[in-house]
Amino acid sequence: MDEKTPSVREVNENQCQICMPLGSVIAFKGIEQSMVIVHGSQGCSTYMRLAMVEHYNEPVDIASSSLNEKQTIYGGEENLRKGLDNVIRVYHPKVIGVVTTCMTETMGEDVGRMIDTYLTDRNLHDVDIIPISTPSYSGTSTEGYWTAVRDVIMYYAGPVSPNEGINIILPHVSPADIREIKRILDLMRIQYTLIPDISMTLDRPYGISYEKIPPGGTSREDIARMSGGRATIQFGYCCPDNLSPGALLEEKYGVPLHNLPLPVGLKNMDMFINTLISIAIKPVPESILLERGWLCDAMADAHKHMAEIKPVIFGEPELVYAVSSLCIENGSIPPIIATGTGSPQLRRHLETITRELDFAPLVADHVDFALIAKESDHLGVNLAIGHAGGKVLTERLNIPVVRTGFPIHDRIGAQRIRNLGYTGTVTLLEQMVNTHLEHKYQHYRQQIKSEYFDNGGIINA
Amino acid sequence: MEITCSQVIGGTNTPCLVERQNSIITTGKTKNRIHCADDSIAGAVSQRACVFCGARVVLNPITDAAHLVHGPVGCASYTWDIRGSLSSGSEMFRNSFSTDLKERDVIFGGEKKLALCIDEIVQKYSPPAIFVYATCVVGIIGDDIIAVCKAASQRHVIDVIPVESSGFISGNKIIGYRAAGNALIRLITPKEGEIIPKTKKINFLGEYNLGGEKWLVERYLREMGIEINVACTGDSTVASLKQVPGGFLNLVQCTGSMHYVARLLEEEFGTPYIDVNFFGAYNTADSLRRIAQFYGEPHMIEAVERLIKRETERIQPDIEYYRTKLTGKRAAIYVGGAFKALAIIRQLRELGVEIVFCGTQTGKPEDYEQIHEMLNPGTVMVDDANPAEIERFLIEKKVDIMAGGVKERTLAHKLGVGFVDHNHDRKVCLAGFDGAINFAHEVYVTCCSPVWKQIRTHPDWEVYHG
Repeated sequence: MDEKTPSVREVNENQCQICMPLGSVIAFKGIEQSMVIVHGSQGCSTYMRLAMVEHYNEPVDIASSSLNEKQTIYGGEENLRKGLDNVIRVYHPKVIGVVTTCMTETMGEDVGRMIDTYLTDRNLHDVDIIPISTPSYSGTSTEGYWTAVRDVIMYYAGPVSPNEGINIILPHVSPADIREIKRILDLMRIQYTLIPDISMTLDRPYGISYEKIPPGGTSREDIARMSGGRATIQFGYCCPDNLSPGALLEEKYGVPLHNLPLPVGLKNMDMFINTLISIAIKPVPESILLERGWLCDAMADAHKHMAEIKPVIFGEPELVYAVSSLCIENGSIPPIIATGTGSPQLRRHLETITRELDFAPLVADHVDFALIAKESDHLGVNLAIGHAGGKVLTERLNIPVVRTGFPIHDRIGAQRIRNLGYTGTVTLLEQMVNTHLEHKYQHYRQQIKSEYFDNGGIINA
Repeated sequence: MEITCSQVIGGTNTPCLVERQNSIITTGKTKNRIHCADDSIAGAVSQRACVFCGARVVLNPITDAAHLVHGPVGCASYTWDIRGSLSSGSEMFRNSFSTDLKERDVIFGGEKKLALCIDEIVQKYSPPAIFVYATCVVGIIGDDIIAVCKAASQRHVIDVIPVESSGFISGNKIIGYRAAGNALIRLITPKEGEIIPKTKKINFLGEYNLGGEKWLVERYLREMGIEINVACTGDSTVASLKQVPGGFLNLVQCTGSMHYVARLLEEEFGTPYIDVNFFGAYNTADSLRRIAQFYGEPHMIEAVERLIKRETERIQPDIEYYRTKLTGKRAAIYVGGAFKALAIIRQLRELGVEIVFCGTQTGKPEDYEQIHEMLNPGTVMVDDANPAEIERFLIEKKVDIMAGGVKERTLAHKLGVGFVDHNHDRKVCLAGFDGAINFAHEVYVTCCSPVWKQIRTHPDWEVYHG
């Protein structure tokens, strides 16, 4: 079997991933008072806006340096400077991320140098401009996301006096998921800095006055304190070491890192709570114990149905790992676990939790939906869990999809999907079972009839 | 350098960019022509896209062709199944193929990989044609997609057509429409010695069969005794497109994307063209009449009048109902092309709605003159508007309802403004007499929804809140 996909192909047919700069843009949306300029051709920023607007159902402003043919030849510095001027005039941001595209990377633009010159020329002191290198041919939105989080932390980190706070570093999860994490931390009375925080910026309540840059996000001051934090909890189980923000804080500033799987499922959530207790030495409140109990109860209710579910799980590595773990601990063995990102870490971690199973799931990274569909059909998959790309599985193979992850452009409420914590897990578990039951009972009479009756009762007719 | 828009058109103090001054005018107050051929300004957060996007949306509805995007995976991923076009046959067009270029390919060139990808697609699906779209990176590294396509075409004896759509060529989709047009002409042009016999059928250019719109118009035409030869490109096949030279007349609907093609077809094959517009009852009736007049056959002219009378009477009660609900409401329009803007202006007017703000991404000077003529004095016209400007005018002009695309929708909703989707991924038929009702219905349900009033009220308990 090839490392890349089970059958070696050149063409990518129906994509299971989104491009690298988009991941960086999402991370910047979780920083307080920040704007992003995508340095490249205008279409890139428009596509990213479209993808994010459709998913979050929120206005999403992303600027572009709008390079045309001329700048492609002579360089894009002038446009980038103009773009920065204009973004500062209209949006008054405190932080600007300058995210490169495959185009500007190929041109070899030295964005870091351009920003330094710009800041000096304009004598600017109240805005931080942070370059992020995201050549799309070198990775997917997952790598883009971690690169931006790491570079932002690196930008603000410095030697500071130690503090009580715990750093919480998140992969790309929904605003509702972030609110759940914060609720748990608050219940346990823990001081923390959470980054990136899109819980308000990409899900703002109606009724507060409309601001061009939505309120919320991790503040610069809080980020600067992270290097003095008591410890880091990073839900970056599959994050490569060279992109890991938590590893950086550990190496440079000695902040101990606890790299955990996303707290989806009983085991992963227990691991999170245990880690919190061990760092903060705080008791677990009664309400969290009750929530755990409700999840256990739900697992008992779900287990027989879960044994019938043969799911295909796809999306970004962190979510794919956590959902796989949830399925397995509830007695459902996924025939296929897939991600569009290249992730040896995911393969390794999955190997650990699938070793004892009756059969080994097919684990595929760098994958597209042509392969997911082919193998789903072949292996008798009856439920899909992942983003909206899975709609082909419903249309072509009649496999229902439980939508989670990014992007979800064909349903509403993606910003409110909650999978994390004991409570979020209950919701996800029930959704999986109920989607399966609805699908099953739609056809079961017909199926049993055709199996036992229609052939006149003759076996193998 | 910062100025406020108030210096341009008066009102509140939302900062706008001085460079954008000439792209914003108020009808009746100025004789200045709106600037619209300008490139978008860096950092202005334009709603425009790129050349690749323009090409992809035009060609994508060709149902049995394979669409292969040559570049890193993002461009293909963002445009996978981007259209609401329906097909009566093949669903091939709903797949998205990418050469998925990696760092290695960018350094050493992507031509070999492109050739392999074409081979794989042919082996797996044997499509009658493959469109190969160039993206930014491919333009920069200089892959010779024309040569690769030519060789592949000879190898597999099918049409492998390059689309020169590197995004950076322009931020204006019109350039992409032209790239698509050139690719179409290449497909359409008969091989040497081949002659496509002339028919009495029509070609319908700039019709994308969103929500089955082509099929609906086809019913009207059939009732008049006219057959559609081929629509470009909604619900078309590669084989049907090759019959384009046999058309008697070309109807041009989306002028932005297809005027160029219509002119080339006139030069090359002598087929005349007329502009049509099937959005709204008035436009539909007018277009059908002009088609009948072009054929000049009395039975057709009679059939058209019968059809118009019957359909108008059928929809009249509904339209009247919506009109009583909507009269006096204020609307904003911000859409991709002028063709769409003009159609929406007329339809909203028919419903008693006043237009107070209107703009496009890709309008040309002559389009804006036409729009200007249709609007009341005091209406704000903006070319290449950005979110800051749209926000400003939605508030300042007290807009009740906006028509536009996905990116504008969430902004309108956040400001408590109703919204009608008129984008290229919509799945509702808005053409013809049926479409007129669908449109009016959508305007009504959003504009008059109780939601807006409800969410603006404050709860009684608010006074006790911290």
